[in-house]
Amino acid sequence: MNNILKLGALAAASTLVLAGCAANESVVETPTSAAAGSTETVVELTGTLNGSGASSMAAGQEAWIAAFQIANPGVTVNYDPTGSGTGRAQFMEGATSFTGSDSYWKDEELLEAFPSCEVGTMPWEFPIWISPIAVIFNLDGISSLNMEGATVAGIFAGEITMWNDSAIAAANPGVALPELQITAVHRSDESGTSKNFTDYLAKVAENVWTVGAIEAWPVEYGGEGAQGTSGVVSAVTGGNGTIGYADASRAGDLGTVAVKVGTDFVSYSAEAAAAVVDASPLVEGRESYDLATKIDRNTTASGAYPIVLVSYLMGCNDYADDAQAELVRAWASFLVSEEGQNAAAASAGNAPISAGLRAKAQAIIDAIK
Amino acid sequence: MTDTKPKAVRRLGDVVFANLAFFAGVSILATLATVAAFLFAQSVPAFTGPPIDAASEGFFSYVLPFVFGTVYASVIGLAIATPLAVGIALYISHFANRRFAQVLGYAVDLLAAIPSVVYGLWGILVLAPFLSPTFNWLNANLGWIPMFAGQVSATGRTMLTVGIVLAIMVLPIMAALIREIFLQTPRLHEEAALALGATRWEMIKMAVLPFGRPGIISAAMLGLGRALGETMAVAMVLSPAAVVSFAVLTSTNSNTIAANIALQFPEAGGNYTNLLIATGLVLFAITMVVNMIARWVISRRAEFSGAN
Repeated sequence: MNNILKLGALAAASTLVLAGCAANESVVETPTSAAAGSTETVVELTGTLNGSGASSMAAGQEAWIAAFQIANPGVTVNYDPTGSGTGRAQFMEGATSFTGSDSYWKDEELLEAFPSCEVGTMPWEFPIWISPIAVIFNLDGISSLNMEGATVAGIFAGEITMWNDSAIAAANPGVALPELQITAVHRSDESGTSKNFTDYLAKVAENVWTVGAIEAWPVEYGGEGAQGTSGVVSAVTGGNGTIGYADASRAGDLGTVAVKVGTDFVSYSAEAAAAVVDASPLVEGRESYDLATKIDRNTTASGAYPIVLVSYLMGCNDYADDAQAELVRAWASFLVSEEGQNAAAASAGNAPISAGLRAKAQAIIDAIK
Repeated sequence: MTDTKPKAVRRLGDVVFANLAFFAGVSILATLATVAAFLFAQSVPAFTGPPIDAASEGFFSYVLPFVFGTVYASVIGLAIATPLAVGIALYISHFANRRFAQVLGYAVDLLAAIPSVVYGLWGILVLAPFLSPTFNWLNANLGWIPMFAGQVSATGRTMLTVGIVLAIMVLPIMAALIREIFLQTPRLHEEAALALGATRWEMIKMAVLPFGRPGIISAAMLGLGRALGETMAVAMVLSPAAVVSFAVLTSTNSNTIAANIALQFPEAGGNYTNLLIATGLVLFAITMVVNMIARWVISRRAEFSGAN
């Protein structure tokens, strides 16, 4: 009996503790915070905003949600990293109010109805997430190499097999390249990183890389597969004479490749990644609120780094539910703001969007009804 | 006839316990049935839906390399683990002094408590680089054997590494099981053998091993079951490609079914998900067949064992 009483007391106590936790996180806050918030915003936002989509920006979404919910205690934002295709499908079913996607709206998708939006209105989109992909390698004593796009393609297609190959040596005068086998490491899981990287290879060297932009690695190109970004990075780190591709934020101490753009060799950097997006043309035939961008992998713009992954934010121009419109306006404004972009870059190591793109995106956001 | 017997007294405890035991027994069948039903139901769209890019040449040519990889990796793992496990079990049960045997037994059990993701990390960061020189040696000296032929992987993330990781992962359960069986060898058999002038090794050969054979087989099958389904460690360590390859030292290895599901599921959409679940059904079938063979072998061998 005594034991049962003790158990009961324990259970009650833990319930209280748990309830305490929940209260701290709960949406409806005490009047004190409303008063504190009112100094900055005129209207205290409340409600729940649901989104889903690309897992590439999951780390950024976490940072954004944390920062946004601190600034707006009355709002709960959920982002489910289901993958881009699923995310767009859920938005088109009306299950979510915004979407993150690694690829822009397909033409046929834009012919469908969007239940979240007012009847007959279309969704907007703009790049929100730019992530440079670094070509990383592990060679003793060499921290940077210059390569033409065709050379990178040759290595990953299994045609260039030695580090002292003339194509590599020609671009790197003065570098003592070892006579060592190249082990090219690719992603063994399907990923947007592979798709963007191979899109680059296909665009700059279509004669060498003949299979186009792909997610599943073709068997005939050989090489070594590794799971996820960290798998590739540890395989490259663990081997000798290895080369791979990964989110630039994870390149660490590994050597990186500067790729040829125009007449120069450009290393990855946040600015260079944002620059290629600015230098790329918009997809033709889209409305003014649709900033779908065809990344120009063959760009010759100086200082632009063409191996980037771009993800879009998508929402309605005119929400069926006006309360959602207000929330999305605040949320999207925060995401494109310098503060929001820097918050994501600090936690995920991606490249913030440029000021020019920010202005265009903000104009779209301001028009949300 | 029942009328003539005195009515059995049904006590509350008996009833409760009988029902609990019944539900425990049935719950296993129910779980198995729901898993099988789930796999079946979810697999169907892979065959009826629109064609899938990944399996453009049909389901069976898609799944074949994975079936091969699954069985190959497990067989390599088992080939390494079984002699080791028997050796460990013999040492603990018949050779080591009691205190040391206890410590050793405890250490083996501890191996079982290491999560597979840790084995995966260890495989990539420690074992693979460590084995790399050995692989080069094997390739240089035994390269004429097809298994050891080909371009040796620079990182050591090969089928053989996976086999060794799997062997280490299944070792604890096999060693523990075999040890328990060896310890049950009838004392009289052992003493009779020794009394006839057998050496310790001859005694083990005559008394312990024949008695333990069904146990060794069932331990191996249990180990095989675990190796077949191992996911995380394989996904992390192996460098996969969609090919059937007997070479164990190259970067081009057949992936296993479980690891392939783990790798492709997160980004899979539409009926590609169903395709992956259908490969899971194949794995389910393979595991069932393996267990049935094990049952059959044990039941067949039981009569020859020294236990009678």
